[in-house]
Amino acid sequence: MEGLDLPVLSILIFFPAAACVGLFFMRSAQVVRVFTFAVFALEFIFAFPLLRFRLNTPGFQFVERIPWVEGWGLEYYLGIDGIGILMLGLTLFIFPLCVLCSWSAIATRVKEFHFCLLFLCSACVGLFSALDLLLFYLFWEATLIPVYLIIAVWGGSERQYASLKFIVYTLAGSALLLVGIIAFRIEGGTFSIPELMGRDYPFGFQIWTFLVMALAFAVKVPMFPFHTWLPDAYAEAPTAGSVVLAAVLAKMGVYGFLRLSLPLAPLASQYLAPMMIAFSIASVLYGGLMALGQSNIKKIIAYSSVSHMGFVTLGIFLFSMRGFQGALFQMVSHGITTGALFMLAGALYERSRSYEVRENSGLGKYLPAFMGFWGFMAFAGFAFPGTNNFVGEFLVLVGAFESNIWIGALVVPGAVLAAAYMLRPTQKMAWGEPCNVMEWKDLNVREWAYLLPLAFIVLYIGLAPTLFFKVMNPTLNNLLEMFKP
Amino acid sequence: MEFRPDLIIPELYQLLLIGALFIQGIADRPWMPRVGKWLSWCAGVGILISAGSLDLNGLIFVGSYRVDTLSQFFKFAVSFGFAVAVLNATRQPTLEKEKHCEYFMFMALSAWGLMILSSCVELISIYLALELASFSLFPLVPLRSGEKGAAEAAVKYVFFGAAATAIGLFGFSLILASQHTTYLIDFMQKPWAWSEAPMAVAGLTLFLCGMLFKLALFPFHFWAPDVYEGASNETVAYISTMPKLGAVVVLIRLSMLLKPGLEITTILALLAAVSITYGNLAALIQTDVKRLLGYSTIAHAGYVMVGLTAGTTEGVAAAAFYSFIYVIMNFACFWVICRIATDGRNLKLDDLNGLYKRAPGLALVLAVGAMALVGLPPTAGFMGKLFLLTAAWNHSYNWLVVIAAANIAISIYYYLNLVRHAYTKEAPESTPTAVPYPFFSLLWGGLLAALLILFGILPGLVFKALPPSL
Repeated sequence: MEGLDLPVLSILIFFPAAACVGLFFMRSAQVVRVFTFAVFALEFIFAFPLLRFRLNTPGFQFVERIPWVEGWGLEYYLGIDGIGILMLGLTLFIFPLCVLCSWSAIATRVKEFHFCLLFLCSACVGLFSALDLLLFYLFWEATLIPVYLIIAVWGGSERQYASLKFIVYTLAGSALLLVGIIAFRIEGGTFSIPELMGRDYPFGFQIWTFLVMALAFAVKVPMFPFHTWLPDAYAEAPTAGSVVLAAVLAKMGVYGFLRLSLPLAPLASQYLAPMMIAFSIASVLYGGLMALGQSNIKKIIAYSSVSHMGFVTLGIFLFSMRGFQGALFQMVSHGITTGALFMLAGALYERSRSYEVRENSGLGKYLPAFMGFWGFMAFAGFAFPGTNNFVGEFLVLVGAFESNIWIGALVVPGAVLAAAYMLRPTQKMAWGEPCNVMEWKDLNVREWAYLLPLAFIVLYIGLAPTLFFKVMNPTLNNLLEMFKP
Repeated sequence: MEFRPDLIIPELYQLLLIGALFIQGIADRPWMPRVGKWLSWCAGVGILISAGSLDLNGLIFVGSYRVDTLSQFFKFAVSFGFAVAVLNATRQPTLEKEKHCEYFMFMALSAWGLMILSSCVELISIYLALELASFSLFPLVPLRSGEKGAAEAAVKYVFFGAAATAIGLFGFSLILASQHTTYLIDFMQKPWAWSEAPMAVAGLTLFLCGMLFKLALFPFHFWAPDVYEGASNETVAYISTMPKLGAVVVLIRLSMLLKPGLEITTILALLAAVSITYGNLAALIQTDVKRLLGYSTIAHAGYVMVGLTAGTTEGVAAAAFYSFIYVIMNFACFWVICRIATDGRNLKLDDLNGLYKRAPGLALVLAVGAMALVGLPPTAGFMGKLFLLTAAWNHSYNWLVVIAAANIAISIYYYLNLVRHAYTKEAPESTPTAVPYPFFSLLWGGLLAALLILFGILPGLVFKALPPSL
């Protein structure tokens, strides 16, 4: 690579993990928080060399490739393309905010909590930049334990149940992925993803490897009917846990579809697309309907996630440029808005000690700034024009109608449902009958500090999405080429 | 073919230790140094000696004793495991002071047997070495003061062991009768298909029973959970790890015969699949930590077999790697158990509650050990499983690979239980807060955990000592 002296991606992967060691020497909780935030801020700064990312190039950039285990074909192979850099940006953007939003919410075992966050960040960055199948799987599994601990130790009252369900579900999904990866290694002779792409594997082989991969990714996304772990995990996790789960980990599943399933098993992807589209539409509608029936704020957001991610997977399996673009936009947007909504719910919980809508009603008078942000994010959540989600959802809808009018007609109710399930709690929270008299304090400086960047991004993507198109288009074009008859 | 004592330096050194222990055992002098103290150091030197003799090569004792990379690797693993087991057992609360010498002597004798076993390439010497390794273990099991269950466990162990030996010996006679040789190298030229040499296949199957007993592979696993529960924690740490090495090395030597597609290989593959599944399912409901690890041993025996059924050098290398890693990860878990059980009792899962607060370092070691046993990155357990499955893929037992992979998802539940109790549950008020010898326990426990992560990130370090060309 031209003029590339620094192994940027390696630094980004190993810096947080190495910083974990520093935590061992700290006593005060406050120092730990400041330290972790500083590490994530530095991590963000270390990512600046990535701005040299060349647009209009479809291939992988910032490539690092070192043989790792000789004789077994393992390589330490990193690189990012237009999809990877967006996911990487999202990850690096969300993690510092996670520290801020759990500043006062996490009061016990602070050191361990931030240890988990740092480790998790390393694993996520590694996942989005891995170009070796095995490295991908390694980072994929490495995220499990920190997330498990975050839910099981700092979660709500049902945390034991929720965390166990989460880990058993995800591991059951990904256990067979390992077999698929091994099969690719034997069939293709390498673990390197770029080299495995675009080969003619036998159709039967493609079908079963696709199904194995799809199972792992669908559980992580999660797609209906593999979503049952999600409401428990999202609702029981502490705020930062929910944010990371929704903003980053859910994206890992979709990223897996884009990075592995489609390029490695193109024939099977197209052959099984109707099934995936059906699951996606089911996710959109089912998630929306379930969200409509919830009274717990976090569960509403959780089910809305199912619905939104349904749009993403739908966009992918339409195999059109609009669909791909919409899916990627929706991925980034969902990360931002859902993350923000979870952070707001967490902030609210710190005030009222409850996630129930009826115990948080009538806040418009007491918490104007909070309700302002909530309303804004809720509007973004149901894809109000001018917000980020609008771009993604609109593109997916256009793609859906382009490909088949019935698919389009089936998902439109999902978009309408979104307005219903977001506006109903918002209305109650803002103007409902105030149920109990207590001291409501509006947002403090720290909360402003993590909400403002999120709000800015929501508007920026919503109003000026061109830059993102420029980043993603070459890669998506390249991907689409594989599916042109 | 002359006798070259320089080839068997690790064995001679181990024999020296045994002699010293024997002399100290029969002597009655109050000024004798504490056995645990000097033996730990000497066992440590043993690791260095084995490491120094990794490159030796040769054939001695009329062709029945082969010194090659495989045998030297396993000797290294044995001396490493022996050193850890000695360190682990030096502060054993359920062993009377006056029995320390004998305890360690039998342990050393068993390790010596395993070392010899890893070099044997002839059936009679294999048999003798195997018996040396097993018989010396029998007296270790009942050495647990104030525990009636230990005697019961010992009886079970002896009876099972004796029956397995008898069956193995019977199989041995059948092999000899039909193939007319006891040298493994000559076996290569003989047919091993049922249609051509039914008696030899039957004999080999029976002979393998002896190995599978050591390995605790289904259906020879019945003794494992009971013996584990009855014997003292420190003894189990040894029994659950080291004899496996011996069994694996013999199976590796025999694996040249086990071509995929042969009836006997299919039987082994089938047993492996059942063993993995059965071990994991039975472990799900255990509340006694040692029983839980006992069933986990059964499952892991199956995993090692996955590599052996491949019949390739990769498969063999993967099995050797995995059994070495298994020694480390099991010792890591047992290290924590032995340190927490200060009075030597059997630990229940609830006894682990709140460990993160009582002993944060040990809790971390336990977590790393348990995650390695599951096979999660970045631990060596993941690499081991990966190599096993990769080696076995497309060697006519793909269903076995699928079963083995699917079982990872089952096993997470009970291994995670260890971590869950240690990290997410609070200890009752009455639990003693501190663990004795914090520095000692943390240092060596930490070392084991560090090795697990090191070999997980750089598995090449081990493979360097283990070239796939055997």
